[in-house]
Amino acid sequence: MDDRPGDDQQLPPPSLWPVGFAVGIVCLLVGLIVSWWVAAVGAAIAVVFGFLWAREVATGGTPRLAATGEEPVPDAPAVPAHEGEAAMPEPEPGERFPRSRFLEGTTLALGGVIGAIVTLPAAGLAVLPGFTKQKGHEVDLGPVEDFEENKWKVVTFLQDPSQGEVSRRTAFVRNNGLLDGEPSFTIISNRCAHLGCPVQTGGPLFQKQEKTIKTANGDVRITPTLPAAGFICPCHGGAYDQEGNRIAGPPVRGLDRYQFSIVNGKLILGSTYSVAHVDGSGKSAKITSYELAGPGQHVDGIESWMYPIQAPH
Amino acid sequence: MPRNGSGRGAQLQRAAQYPLDWLEERSGLVGGIRYFLFRKVPGDTSWWHTLGSATLTAFLVQLVTGVILAMYYKPDPRNAHESINHITNDLTLGWLVRGMHRWGASVFIILMFMHMGRVFLFGAYKYPRELNWIVGVLLLATGLFEGLTGYLLPFDQTAYWATVVAININGTAPFVGPFLAQLLRGGAEIGPDTLSRFYSLHMLLVPGALIALIGLHLYLVVRLGVSSPPWSRQAAGRDSDVEPPPSRAGLVTPGPRAAGVRRRPSE
Repeated sequence: MDDRPGDDQQLPPPSLWPVGFAVGIVCLLVGLIVSWWVAAVGAAIAVVFGFLWAREVATGGTPRLAATGEEPVPDAPAVPAHEGEAAMPEPEPGERFPRSRFLEGTTLALGGVIGAIVTLPAAGLAVLPGFTKQKGHEVDLGPVEDFEENKWKVVTFLQDPSQGEVSRRTAFVRNNGLLDGEPSFTIISNRCAHLGCPVQTGGPLFQKQEKTIKTANGDVRITPTLPAAGFICPCHGGAYDQEGNRIAGPPVRGLDRYQFSIVNGKLILGSTYSVAHVDGSGKSAKITSYELAGPGQHVDGIESWMYPIQAPH
Repeated sequence: MPRNGSGRGAQLQRAAQYPLDWLEERSGLVGGIRYFLFRKVPGDTSWWHTLGSATLTAFLVQLVTGVILAMYYKPDPRNAHESINHITNDLTLGWLVRGMHRWGASVFIILMFMHMGRVFLFGAYKYPRELNWIVGVLLLATGLFEGLTGYLLPFDQTAYWATVVAININGTAPFVGPFLAQLLRGGAEIGPDTLSRFYSLHMLLVPGALIALIGLHLYLVVRLGVSSPPWSRQAAGRDSDVEPPPSRAGLVTPGPRAAGVRRRPSE
């Protein structure tokens, strides 16, 4: 340190007055809760000691050493770091791993370990829950009788009732009648295969005939519709035919479909799967299906090579 | 304090100077602030050079209004939109602060682009300021991500479907797309976790990154100095021919940098 002004001025002598001042303030604060005369005593102590303290500071104090008549011993000038003897013995020439480097290395390693112990669980919590335990939700759409043969219905339901309305999804359902004695349904997801907007029916929606039934999946709303022009997306103009085949606009494939089963006379939706295209229609349709892919992702052709691995759904 | 003077004025000045000296001796803050505020800039800087400060001001507006909005906003699907309505319609001055935050977001983005355009057209990104351009581009990307995460928070139809589309655009990225989309959503579907996730990103993580990057950006600006405009007649890196006027006193006393005016050696 060079001789900056003030380096030798800021050495107040030891003093008891601040201690007394502090005691007075504490007494005052306690007195505010306990009793007014305790506060008064505290205030008096604080005023007296504060005055003494201020006077001592103002007059420059009385250095103890001067009072005893001894000359203050000046501190020995500090030896600059690069002069004099080294604090620690110089490492032997040729010593490959001196102590300071060992300490440096262990400090860094320990810091790294502590950092990892703190960071990894936090980063894991930020990322992993979105990729693990993605459970499929079976959806109960109520009695099969609500779906007349060869009529389209717009059905909305809560996919995960514990999440509430935010999990409301929409499917277009058509009962195709029996195929080899088994019921056949066409159940199309309304998630556009372009960027996931809600696809609308291209035709009248008979809202006055809307029917609401209660199932485990909240209020299931069933509305008849006549999608004469197929399905149309309001966002960017994607258009699909009644089987969900893309006929115009930006979508890269057909609309996704739901697997279904019929349990105790109720229509149960299973998981969704992606569809490249559908040949034929109704119960005789041939569906080229793939594992569920996100909107905008090709499932067939050379572009599908860009999405080799899907995240767990 | 080595100051010769008597009378009331000198006494007052000493009284004003004392706390500053006290602070300076213990922290060096006064000198640092003086260095920051009264550093030299080229004589031919213009209003175009204020776009960066304007962007910083817009960011500070977002910071202050956002912190206050967070007192009233509820990041869960059942209450989010209700709480936005509450802020806008019921709370005193809520409409104003929310409006400042909403419109200020656009102002912030626009100013970032204008500032970027100024730096590009003035060639101010060139040596030795390339690194600051890179930091600026990171700031732009981080700022746009603030816009994306903030857009979901009102949780109305526009917010929801715009975010669906934005996440699915990320999902179309080759190879990493499906994982990127799922990372943003925090799951396979947009749900309560997505909303609180975006809220946390919007008000904690991303602003933290922005503040750190802005600090680095400003450090580089101060360290490298402000660049002259391309039409400047002063040769870069040389002292001015014209003797500058006497420097203004800064923070009570003239700073050490203002004491000596450098001249060309020939004089």
